[in-house]
Amino acid sequence: MAATLAQKIIARAAGRDQVAVGEIVTCAVDLAMLHDLSGPRRIGPVLERLGTGVWDASKVVLVTDHLVPAIDAASAGVLALTRKWAAEHKIENFYDMQGICHVVLPERGHLKPGLFVVGGDSHSTTGGAFGCFMFGIGATEMVAVLATGETWIKVPETILINCSGKLAAGVSAKDMMLALCARLGMDGGQYQAVQFAGEAVTAMPMTERMTLSNMAAELGAQAGLIAADETTARYIREAGGDPGDIERWQGDKDAEYRCTHEFDVSNLEPHVALPGSPANARPVSTVQGTVIQQAYIGACTGAKLVDLRMAAEVLKGRQVATGIRLLVAPASTRTTAAAAADGTLQALTEAGAILMPTGCGACAGLGAGILAEEEVCISTTARNFKGRMGAASSKVFLGSPYTVAASAVSGAICDPREFLIQRCGENG
Amino acid sequence: MFGDDIDTDVLAPGQYMKGPVAELAKHCLEAVDPAFAPGVADGDVVVGGRNFGLGSSREQAAQVLKILGIEAVVARSFGGIFYRNALNLGLVAVVCPAICAVKPGDILIVDARAGRIENRTQNDSYECEPLPEHLISMIEAGGLIPHLERKLAAELKNGDPT
Ligand code: SF4
Repeated sequence: MAATLAQKIIARAAGRDQVAVGEIVTCAVDLAMLHDLSGPRRIGPVLERLGTGVWDASKVVLVTDHLVPAIDAASAGVLALTRKWAAEHKIENFYDMQGICHVVLPERGHLKPGLFVVGGDSHSTTGGAFGCFMFGIGATEMVAVLATGETWIKVPETILINCSGKLAAGVSAKDMMLALCARLGMDGGQYQAVQFAGEAVTAMPMTERMTLSNMAAELGAQAGLIAADETTARYIREAGGDPGDIERWQGDKDAEYRCTHEFDVSNLEPHVALPGSPANARPVSTVQGTVIQQAYIGACTGAKLVDLRMAAEVLKGRQVATGIRLLVAPASTRTTAAAAADGTLQALTEAGAILMPTGCGACAGLGAGILAEEEVCISTTARNFKGRMGAASSKVFLGSPYTVAASAVSGAICDPREFLIQRCGENG
Repeated sequence: MFGDDIDTDVLAPGQYMKGPVAELAKHCLEAVDPAFAPGVADGDVVVGGRNFGLGSSREQAAQVLKILGIEAVVARSFGGIFYRNALNLGLVAVVCPAICAVKPGDILIVDARAGRIENRTQNDSYECEPLPEHLISMIEAGGLIPHLERKLAAELKNGDPT
């Protein structure tokens, strides 16, 4: 029977030759990811009560990212508890303040095609960029996974999104996802697996593919898969991992998909989501001129090395507008180091950007960079639900690093392509 | 009986999330039917349309229905995380495409094991997706954690020769 990539991974994890869509099966978990906010502080006490300990400490990755660095006694307390738990359970893969979990996992070589991975965070779909079946689970389920190393799953159908064409200069994976959120809505994925394919995806570096998979969560998908290729293998090798058998983890040609969405990206404009929901996305031209107070380049989906480079491309030799604050929180310590080495950071700070600590920062409203009542921010993050980044009446627009950087320079939301075209003119 | 797209914010309204769950339960579905929480009785079945429980991963959305005594939720489809959370917390959730034939107040007998819903009032029955045995025993134990506790206790007994 022809199978999708999702079916193949689930069948392997369930110890079966094949699984049918809709079937509920029990799978062995290859890797479980926890973070400070939903991890030990919530699951620790229940696990204690069960008295089982962790099934296999080498298969657990724990990251502190949501509450780092501590901004008050409460967050410091959670971090202290997390560190103590890591030591007690001998968690070797404990990354303390090294970056956002979804970026740290691949950076440290933990992901590879074919793995069945769970994460205690809704953006765990990010792992799908590496050809793993990775999805988010609640705290109760995480306790069971840690105790037994297993979880149940209903085999999902797969929705194929075929991205054809070539992205124009100044347009990125973030613009693609915002456009898709507008087109399909927040339940477009219906807890199915979404799989991205096509030449526009193949042409992307891993960090851009991660943005697609990350925001599959915004489509309501359970997983956001991309079949592995040479780009995937190279990234994994450079991260010190072993990509394994790439050929094995491809969907069959005649596999059955729930549906296929054709998405030609050739003429895609930069997109911006209006406050409230990523599904409120429109072409940037429709909100051009909206005055902002803050521009934020951060989060798992918007502050990886490629993202910082996009911003630097716009900011180089320019200045952030007077009265505007541009905050940059790199997604990981490795990102910071690489951006320092290649001059990206310098371009940002010389333009007037404020460099923030690595971590989730203001994305979930837990770290530094929170908004006051009525303030307007344009941000590279993935979600802009009411009040997420601060006061209830604050407004968050979402855009690509290009768009956020360009808006910081002009003091109002604007199309970044103007800046990039100008630059070509200057140079040539 | 509810329509399509009942979200987790309606099931567990954010403004009451900081308080105790019992209090939260009193406001369950208030935004679409204020008479719901005061009117339900033990063993009642909630019937929904498409995408029941879409939205955030908050477990409280399923928890409040259990606290109100709801025995099962039957819908044409579910928001995925809600579906997982419901079963893990010991609340029966079954997918049934034919469920729109039900009228408010009908007496329903949900047999999740067999994949059948009997409508005693209309003298009719509908097919639904059956739940596998291991999920049924999990639900009967009251959810994932009590189920694990039981399983571990049993293993301990069997595994200890003395
Ligand atoms: S950066 Fe934002 S979206 Fe990403 S894991 Fe942290 S809080 Fe979640």
